[in-house]
Amino acid sequence: MNVLEFTLLIWLGAVAAGFLGALTGLGGGVVIVPLLALVFGVDIRYAIGTSLVSVIATSSGAAAAYVKEGFTNIRIGMFLELATTFGALGGAFLATHISGSSVAIVFGVVLLASAYLSGRRRSEPSLSGQSDALAVRLRLNGTVPTPDGLQSYHVRHTVLGFGIMVVAGVLSGLLGIGSGAFKVLAMDQAMRIPFKVSTTTSNFMIGVTAAASAGIYLDRGYIDPGLVMPVLLGVLLGALLGARVLRGAHPQSLRIVFICVIAVLGIEMIYKGLTGKL
Amino acid sequence: MSTTDQRLDEKRFEQLLGNLLRIGVLLAAFVVLLGGVLYLIRHGEELPDGKVFHGEPPELRKPSGIVKNAMHFRGRGIIQLGLLLLVATPVARVAFSVFGFLRERDYTYVVLTLIVLAVLLFSLFFGESL
Repeated sequence: MNVLEFTLLIWLGAVAAGFLGALTGLGGGVVIVPLLALVFGVDIRYAIGTSLVSVIATSSGAAAAYVKEGFTNIRIGMFLELATTFGALGGAFLATHISGSSVAIVFGVVLLASAYLSGRRRSEPSLSGQSDALAVRLRLNGTVPTPDGLQSYHVRHTVLGFGIMVVAGVLSGLLGIGSGAFKVLAMDQAMRIPFKVSTTTSNFMIGVTAAASAGIYLDRGYIDPGLVMPVLLGVLLGALLGARVLRGAHPQSLRIVFICVIAVLGIEMIYKGLTGKL
Repeated sequence: MSTTDQRLDEKRFEQLLGNLLRIGVLLAAFVVLLGGVLYLIRHGEELPDGKVFHGEPPELRKPSGIVKNAMHFRGRGIIQLGLLLLVATPVARVAFSVFGFLRERDYTYVVLTLIVLAVLLFSLFFGESL
């Protein structure tokens, strides 16, 4: 197989990942690393560098559409980006100091956790209740359109949410993923932000978080142009097609299939990491 | 300015930022595609070696080296330049947000946004010191 064929194969895989990621609303980034590492046998350091870059592309590309819908809370996003960017810096530092096998094991565990978090039914947080003093001080509260008109929401547990976001940032920097599942967890479960706001605000933050570790990856030579080129172009095309096919609706059965795929990849990553094959 | 006016104004600003991101991504993708075509024309017949990690050569690791490399019309240099553009889009969005908060006289968020911006620039230009 020569470079041209190898590139085309990777590009096709990336189109599929981006397409399924957009269709299921789970993001394609999380399967790029296992795809490269397990299927194509690429070194895990190149794989996470490549994935990180494609995460920036899909997040920024989708942001314009999200802003148009108008549920992004810029203040919540910016405040939490403080947590995720510092976390991402730490995560990227960590990634360059631990072995590839350890990264693979952590990656597998995070894949399983993401599958679990995405698989269970989310219950919409109630809009009533008091927000904490810090949320008021930081003007994090906002309104969201509902069938009954504009409803205001009140942010709670700001410190806890910030803490979870630091962890999400570390994982993003360590593994080259957007860690959207954890970002949404912090905002839904801890801070009680309505879905429409947490999902779009999370997407808004992913690109900035990933950009924080990109410089370190680039400097360490993890970002290989020959690999990034087909993955980036493929994921972007796939995500665009996915968004065209379905506007916002994520079919449940497809979602379940994708979650199962993520779980299987997670187990495989852990196994290969433990046996030192990655 | 009334609250609704301010909302509308904020909304328009966000819209502008959203478009900025989209243009940035499209531009980056175009440059990457251009570099990719050049790279494949020159190296498409070779055997792939991207599987084993040896790190990128030094001139493809630093913004300055990448620009120089791309100027010489090297495929890989141009791809990396496209990636730099891509990384620059969210950074630019954060930078513009500073102006947005300045216009609203929300100085807490001006400071907060400047800190995030500093972290991003630090990673990009001084990543080697970590």
